[in-house]
Amino acid sequence: MSEGNMRLTLKVWRQSNSNTEGGFENYQLEGISPDMSFLEMFDVLNEQLVEAKQEPVAFDHDCREGICGMCSMHINGQPHGPLQGVTTCQLHMRSFKDGDTIVVEPWRAGSFPVIKDLVVARDAFDRIMAAGGFVSVNTGNAQDANNLPIPKEAADDAFAAAACIGCGACVAACKNASAMLFVSAKISQLALLPQGQAERKIRAEKMVAQMDSEGFGACTNTGACSAECPKGITFDNIARMNREYLGAKLSSTNV
Amino acid sequence: MIVMSWFTQTLTSSIGKKLIMALTGLFLISFLVIHAAINAMIFYNDGGETFSHWGHFMGTNPIIRTLEIGLVLGFLFHIYDGLMLTKTNRAARPVSYASRNANANSTWYSRSMGLLGTIILIFLVIHTSHFWIPNRTNQFATGEELDLYNMMLTTFQNPWVVLIYVAGCFSLFWHLLHGFKSAFQTLGLYHVKYNGLIAFLGTAFSIVVPLLFALMPIAMYLGWVK
Ligand code: FES
Repeated sequence: MSEGNMRLTLKVWRQSNSNTEGGFENYQLEGISPDMSFLEMFDVLNEQLVEAKQEPVAFDHDCREGICGMCSMHINGQPHGPLQGVTTCQLHMRSFKDGDTIVVEPWRAGSFPVIKDLVVARDAFDRIMAAGGFVSVNTGNAQDANNLPIPKEAADDAFAAAACIGCGACVAACKNASAMLFVSAKISQLALLPQGQAERKIRAEKMVAQMDSEGFGACTNTGACSAECPKGITFDNIARMNREYLGAKLSSTNV
Repeated sequence: MIVMSWFTQTLTSSIGKKLIMALTGLFLISFLVIHAAINAMIFYNDGGETFSHWGHFMGTNPIIRTLEIGLVLGFLFHIYDGLMLTKTNRAARPVSYASRNANANSTWYSRSMGLLGTIILIFLVIHTSHFWIPNRTNQFATGEELDLYNMMLTTFQNPWVVLIYVAGCFSLFWHLLHGFKSAFQTLGLYHVKYNGLIAFLGTAFSIVVPLLFALMPIAMYLGWVK
């Protein structure tokens, strides 16, 4: 980590647990390198806090290379900060200017309660996946994926939808805290492949029902989710989900 | 416990509520086409002859009068559904952000459909109390239609009324600019072959119809149409 000379003021949301009220704390940072990632800058802050015998800021992170979806900061009014197509761990301090004040908040959604500081519980997503975001293999092993011939275009579209890392930036960006981009990506990745056909209808019905019962909002088609998605999940996935869901409701045998 | 059938379950789901929003929205859009087309007859500038001819047809034809009930229902469903959606959507984010740069990811009017809709509703209350309500009341009481053309001429002498109408048209413009293509997205009608057409039609419609409406009070106020 190279030494740098950026000075920053951080306004960070601090909250000890989901039952307490939180609030903003201001921190001054010096010697920040423009080559640091945003999370590395937070490491510097936390070292400073530990040295001062204060509680470090809790934040989610794991891979730090943009693939796990754990990092989740709302930076200066945007999920994952000002750059498009990157996660917080892939955002670098060169995207900010010396002397900047940076406001950092957790994702805000009733379905994503704050656990501590910037960490939110995203298990609502897990429950939506458990409701139908899979292909059942009730006996034997899953066969080798390459046994099923799949046209390149279908594979590409399914792969583009499967690029979703479940970080929740779509929910964080949406004015309604809607999870429709996430759910639609998960429905799409299976609806586009032959393996997903058998459970196609029940999947759409169950995942949408779970999404609703988790308390996420509905879609106003503003497109904010897609614009802020670090993986560029496209907006047409939501149209596909609407088709899948309404079609399933009209034609499935689940009464 | 009330057992919900699959049908009510669908319509009360998040996507179902959006479906109602889209279908009623498109239905109201179809009404705008007729309304704008018939009112544009004033631009014949023939002392309201053509306009009154069609106005009489719309006001007395039994099929149109039946459809009018559907229209009122369409408005009511669109408004009620919008309120329900707003309620759940607001509840989905109990704590709001201290800092929000929403303009970086979406247009202000797509985020303000409720507000724009409310302004349109206020306008509609004023607008229907100018023409539709007095006319229907009179028809009900006496069986006679009012002379709507001359009512327009007098009403639009007041510059404040003209301003309110123009403001209503602006709200309609932005509401349609998002609503038109949004309805197709909700219906799942997103397709490489038609996206361009839908986007073009949506923008063109949002400009042409409100502009046509706005020109009516303006033209009468300025005496272009007598
Ligand atoms: S830490 Fe894994 S995506 Fe950011």
